[in-house]
Amino acid sequence: MPMRIYPAIHYTMGGLWVDYDLQSTIPGLFVIGEANFSDHGANRLGASALMQGLADGYFVLPTTINDYIAHGGRTDVPPDHPAVVRTEAEVTQRLTALLTVHGDRTVDSFHRELGLLLWDHCGMARNEAGLRKALDRIPALRAEFWRRVLVPGSGAELNQELEKANRVADFLEFAELMLLDALVREESCGGHFREEHQTPDGEAQRDDANFGHVAAWEYTGQEPVLHRENLRFEYVHPTHRSYT
Amino acid sequence: MKLTLRIWRQAGPDAPGRMVEYEIDGISADMSFLEMLDVLNDRLILDGEEPVAFDHDCREGICGSCGVVINGRAHGPERTTTCQLHMRAFHDGDVVDVEPWRARAFPVIKDLVVDRSAFDRIVGAGGYVTAPTGSAPDAHATPVPKADAELAFDNATCIGCGACVAACPNGSAMLFTGAKIAHLNSLPQGTPERERRALDMVKAMDALDFGGCTNSGECVAVCPKGIPLTTIATLNREFRRASRPLW
Repeated sequence: MPMRIYPAIHYTMGGLWVDYDLQSTIPGLFVIGEANFSDHGANRLGASALMQGLADGYFVLPTTINDYIAHGGRTDVPPDHPAVVRTEAEVTQRLTALLTVHGDRTVDSFHRELGLLLWDHCGMARNEAGLRKALDRIPALRAEFWRRVLVPGSGAELNQELEKANRVADFLEFAELMLLDALVREESCGGHFREEHQTPDGEAQRDDANFGHVAAWEYTGQEPVLHRENLRFEYVHPTHRSYT
Repeated sequence: MKLTLRIWRQAGPDAPGRMVEYEIDGISADMSFLEMLDVLNDRLILDGEEPVAFDHDCREGICGSCGVVINGRAHGPERTTTCQLHMRAFHDGDVVDVEPWRARAFPVIKDLVVDRSAFDRIVGAGGYVTAPTGSAPDAHATPVPKADAELAFDNATCIGCGACVAACPNGSAMLFTGAKIAHLNSLPQGTPERERRALDMVKAMDALDFGGCTNSGECVAVCPKGIPLTTIATLNREFRRASRPLW
């Protein structure tokens, strides 16, 4: 029987902002592998992911995290530190919120609906109309999640549904950002193929003059703020991919 | 497909457990075993009941997170991981027993979820190599004979799912520990700690609640990665080699 293959959404191809030491905006929080900015092309994502995890862990982190610790990296955060107290209160409040909705839809049903929405409108090929449609739908879906989600059990024991609900709540935020980023980037580049931007033979049409940058979106709790980090190529310059 | 499931339910590590029967209908032969459990859980949640807790992550047979005993056999009727077992392996009207890994070293956390951190402690005792980091080594700086590379790779395919322990009448972890030792000890990169690795990992294994090997071979019969019984011979050989008097 021939092997059946099917494309699927499995990489966000973007993650937390880090500096050259792989440190995030939170001092002492280092982010390696797929969870950070991600080196990705148009395909072979699994290999890119492995490459990044290995390169970060093998070559970068051993020289940067040591430096952080050597310079007195914090290990002595007391449990009554204001940041700990505030974070604990936030987490407790969020878990309580999820557990007390007592709605009529499972976490999985929201996860599936969100996944299908992204699959339809933010898949390998995307266009403005589809992205806008999905962006319109997500706030309503998120509101519905917080109104109708059904998380059984309590927070006092192993509760896989609670864990999943936490993740899906994050996915709802992250999906919106992915859509926004895909909408703003008016070019085709790597895994981002905007149907409006293609060469006559259907290849990705980049716009280096306007989009030769990495988009770093700042979380503000409201509208995310875009920071452009320009890409400078000194010796090797990007060209157009062509298999002909 | 309509099935009768009998699933081990246990609220917590110290709570008494019991088999609970569930009738389930509308199961497609193309579903994976875990998707069938998802369908059951969807229904349980909507009915106001506690869903069945079970471990899973990649669902591609490569992470080693999932694993339950199905009809008395670790990972079920086919030699694969539970996530790669499909419902076409069952028939309409079947009664399917689903239990957690049963081994003293793997205490039940909840329902079908067990604590496999004993494996982590074995790996922590020696399942690593000393490697210079910070700069890329030259390609081919360390030649590895093809046969050694293949032996190492065959053993490196172990995903640490724990089926070997669950299937063993003694609850032995020797196939797992052997795979880790054989993987690293057959490569030049693993040579600096070769003796210490064998001694320390076996010591860690013995200090946990695992039994010894009596060559029943149940482990290799259920190993989804086909780790061979000769791996246990390799473990014994490496252990004896490292234990020789140092005069």
